[in-house]
Amino acid sequence: MDGVMNWLTQDRVGSALVKVLLVGNVAPMLVAFLVWLERRVAAWAQDRMGPNRVGPFGLLQSFADLIKFLLKEDVLPGHVNKAMYLVAPCLAVIPPLVVLALVPFADRFAIADVDTGILAAFAFSGIGVYAIALGGWASNSKYALIGAVRASAQLISYEICLGLAALGVFIVAGTLRLEDVVKMQADGFTIHGETLHGISKFFDWNIVKQPIGAIIFLIAAFAETNRTPFDLPEAESELAAGYHTEFSSMKFALFFLGEYVAIVAMSSLFTTLYLGGWTLFGVENAFEGTTAQTLLQILIFLAKTMCVIFTFIWVRWTVPRFRYDQLMDLGWKRLMPATLAWLAATACVVAFLK
Amino acid sequence: MAQGRLTTLSFGDSQQEGAILTNVDALLNWARKNSLWPLPMGLSCCAIEFMAAATARFDMARFGAEVARFSPKQADVMIVAGTMTYKMAEAVRRLYDQMAEPKWVIAMGACASSAGMFRSYPVMQGIDHIVPVDVYIPGCPPRPEMLINALIHLQKKIETEKASSGLRITSLLGAGKDS
Repeated sequence: MDGVMNWLTQDRVGSALVKVLLVGNVAPMLVAFLVWLERRVAAWAQDRMGPNRVGPFGLLQSFADLIKFLLKEDVLPGHVNKAMYLVAPCLAVIPPLVVLALVPFADRFAIADVDTGILAAFAFSGIGVYAIALGGWASNSKYALIGAVRASAQLISYEICLGLAALGVFIVAGTLRLEDVVKMQADGFTIHGETLHGISKFFDWNIVKQPIGAIIFLIAAFAETNRTPFDLPEAESELAAGYHTEFSSMKFALFFLGEYVAIVAMSSLFTTLYLGGWTLFGVENAFEGTTAQTLLQILIFLAKTMCVIFTFIWVRWTVPRFRYDQLMDLGWKRLMPATLAWLAATACVVAFLK
Repeated sequence: MAQGRLTTLSFGDSQQEGAILTNVDALLNWARKNSLWPLPMGLSCCAIEFMAAATARFDMARFGAEVARFSPKQADVMIVAGTMTYKMAEAVRRLYDQMAEPKWVIAMGACASSAGMFRSYPVMQGIDHIVPVDVYIPGCPPRPEMLINALIHLQKKIETEKASSGLRITSLLGAGKDS
């Protein structure tokens, strides 16, 4: 068993493929659970019961939805651009899954251990906007196009804040490699490798060193994943269903899946950058060098990610939707200057301490 | 309607029904009846009762039916709640046509079922003149419990359907309708 885990944590093509299979299957399962969780938490927030008729606590609800969508009529309207119409839903799912490939779930357990991990992650999450833009454009429909244009503008605006907020972490860490960022959060309060003694282990996490950055990153992540209060691309009260108005059955379900995989990806990025990744005050090294250690680290990582995901759902069902000018106002006039100021402050402190 | 470019396999009516298809039917019906996403066709006051059915006191989310889709292509059951005038009839029929199979219709309230008290020139005398109705709900307006009862009735109706009879496996490029 230990041999298996040793093999998995090595950098080989075979082990990478096995990890791809693992993550590629676990992520959609997690999404099925997530959709159920979303509906139950929504019900809890609104003092309702939520889906509870299918399976224990309604846990099979997502599977009923999935099977229904798989075998529902696949409408291909005559007025669409067929090539783009078919590509758009696939593009909605693939980039967030690729982002998951870059995230280290445990020590030496990322599918792709890229030296500039976070840049690649942002690049791929940026591709996600193409799915929405193409979906809206290919639909050849007013509502879909307005939804797509809104989404493009929103994603571009908030991606800047997302990147700038994350930059603060890298100024402190001095590396772009996600695994090193996690390890840095476990070795005491360090700045560029110099430990500041007398501060307890809890303060290792970047969320303590970068509180403003973490909050801005989280807000930008809400916008990036099109969640309320930033769900203007599919504002039901104005745009029917937004950019996926013309999509039916599995194509629509793929957009749905993509949205939730993006939430998982963003939450795991937040966990990695700000919440110490797989580390938990030294507990993660309880079974040094064994399979159990890797499993424990994955478990810790999943637990932290679930907490972030819960925050996503919680915020969605608490805060009402912004108006579009308010959204742009918040993005460009509030968050952007705040991020730049925080970045400058971080740079000054790091330069002073060095 | 474009047929599949390569092959078209038909199940059900044309073939002997075997144990496999029966199980497929059971699975499909289970999925469909538990995932009835409504297209809210709120035409007048019954729509208020429809909204109430989604609230904490009644909560049709328990049956997995709270996901109101405002795009007809993504919805399963059209809930026509209210008085349908002749002018509105065209829109209702168009939205029904845009819904993807399989689809069902609930006529909510006296007006949708039979025009109720509106025996007058602008009102269509029941929506079943233009769309096939699965469940009628009496009342003016019916209480949200009645709507939930109708949903449960529809679920029972779906259980008895031969889901695989409408199933076609076609090649990816040729599948779907040119509407």
